[in-house]
Amino acid sequence: MSGNKPSAIKSILTHAGVYLSLFLFLLPFLWMLLASFKTQVQILDTSKLFEITANFSNYISVFNEYSFLSFIWNSFIVGVGATVFGLILGLPAAYSIAKYKQEGLGLLILVARIVPGISFLIPWFIIFSKLQLIDTYTSLILSHMLVTMPFIIWVMIPFFEGLPHELEESARVDGCSIPSAFVRVMLPISGPGIVTSSILAFIFSWNNFMFSLILAGDNTKTLPIAVFNFISYSEINWGGLMAASVIITAPVLILALFAQKYIIAGLTGGSVKG
Amino acid sequence: MTNWIDRNIKWVFTMPAVIFVALMMVAPVGYTFWLSFHEWSMSNITPPLWVAFQNYLELFQDELFIKSLKLMFYFTIVAVTVETVLGVGLAILMNQNIVGKGLVKTLFLLPMVATPVAVGLIWVLIYEPNIGIANVFLEKIGLPGQEWLTSQNLVMPSLIFIDVWEWTPMIALIVLAGLVSLPKDPYEAAMIDGANTWQSFTKITLPLLKPTLYSAVLLRMIDALKTFDIIYATTQGGPGTSSQTINIYGYVLGFQYFKIGQASALLMVFFIIVLSISIFTILLRKRAGVNL
Repeated sequence: MSGNKPSAIKSILTHAGVYLSLFLFLLPFLWMLLASFKTQVQILDTSKLFEITANFSNYISVFNEYSFLSFIWNSFIVGVGATVFGLILGLPAAYSIAKYKQEGLGLLILVARIVPGISFLIPWFIIFSKLQLIDTYTSLILSHMLVTMPFIIWVMIPFFEGLPHELEESARVDGCSIPSAFVRVMLPISGPGIVTSSILAFIFSWNNFMFSLILAGDNTKTLPIAVFNFISYSEINWGGLMAASVIITAPVLILALFAQKYIIAGLTGGSVKG
Repeated sequence: MTNWIDRNIKWVFTMPAVIFVALMMVAPVGYTFWLSFHEWSMSNITPPLWVAFQNYLELFQDELFIKSLKLMFYFTIVAVTVETVLGVGLAILMNQNIVGKGLVKTLFLLPMVATPVAVGLIWVLIYEPNIGIANVFLEKIGLPGQEWLTSQNLVMPSLIFIDVWEWTPMIALIVLAGLVSLPKDPYEAAMIDGANTWQSFTKITLPLLKPTLYSAVLLRMIDALKTFDIIYATTQGGPGTSSQTINIYGYVLGFQYFKIGQASALLMVFFIIVLSISIFTILLRKRAGVNL
């Protein structure tokens, strides 16, 4: 009996420690949510810090005055485009790297992760200007693919390594070429990996700021740029800004819940399985 | 044809991705290298002018460049150190029997997946001197409010704090994954030998955890060196140039002042620094017997 007491106290302290840290890490999100429902007057009055009102005017103004629907659409198109083309290039590459142990190519993909994105911004801007592709989905999707494709390859290499390769061999005995065995046999059984890597890739395109800052224009402005532009007004509309922040982060947070098992693996380039 | 494809499948499958990386990454870096030996303001009328090593010479005499280098290393070293210490602590806490552990792990993912620009702007509100919760909290406990992002001395620590908030959970979750896979036997042996918790942590856990920690720190370091979104969204390098890391300075030189040659020289130096630090640590990691 006496041995139970210290361990009970230890357990309570551990729980307190974990949940308190969790609370602190979630606090900024709660803060954002709270402020998004406040009027400017309420935000500027710090004596009413925790006054909660169900006031949707910030959200309405974000859509009506700042036309956020079109920015959501732009981010969506670029994210889907960059993910789909990232899959088309990335899946066969990941499969080949996994199957034939092409470690050199794996290293090239790692380098793509290491190189600072800003070192190709100037050439991109010059070349895309010459091709008159600034402010088009084409340049945005191409640039975002440099984010999505490496992610897809990293997540899929260990996934493909775990597949039984006899399946491909038996399909080939039945007269399939390797590409058609890959598409008809290997890809269908890779569904879960493809879905989670796509979700991750989409999130990282959705979040991308630097590439869009240079390549997007009035017609293709993505959400991060639109949210950023909020602070360039002389008086910051805090409620609107926080509502906009909720709108941009909510889809990502929801998507992340679906891909949670693979997020750590994706962020660490497959070196750690979460 | 089919035979040819099948025989060369490892090139057929990888070439599209390799060509894409070559066109979008390798060629542009080469172009930046070429531009770094020229003077140009992105004008259509005056073409780039060959100036040999002038841009590099000017760069190393530029105080702002030296300052931006120091700020980059300051940011990276402090942020990654704090994140590692806190992350290991958090992981050890979470490695106990915790009610609702799955949910806790999921919620800890949120800071690192949330859109960085939005994260930055949330913190702009938190740090706001008059209405932000940071100063409200300080004043509640009787301390004077601070100019978090607008004072020269506090801006870097404030930015590092955001980075720590954003990335500590990642280190914690990576370390937790490592802790879970540790063998149990050494601990039992140590307990029999009468080792206390601290001894078994420093003598058993840390050495066994070294490979995992190495991966976590390396990855975090590579990204911390390149931090752009949070700094640009909150301070754009200010006040003045107090938080202008090399990444921000490169952006400002290139896209606000259009000093393409100088910006290119700076970006080449930055590129080489990041790449060599990464390769150096990867090699160190290999020598320590850790595989990717």
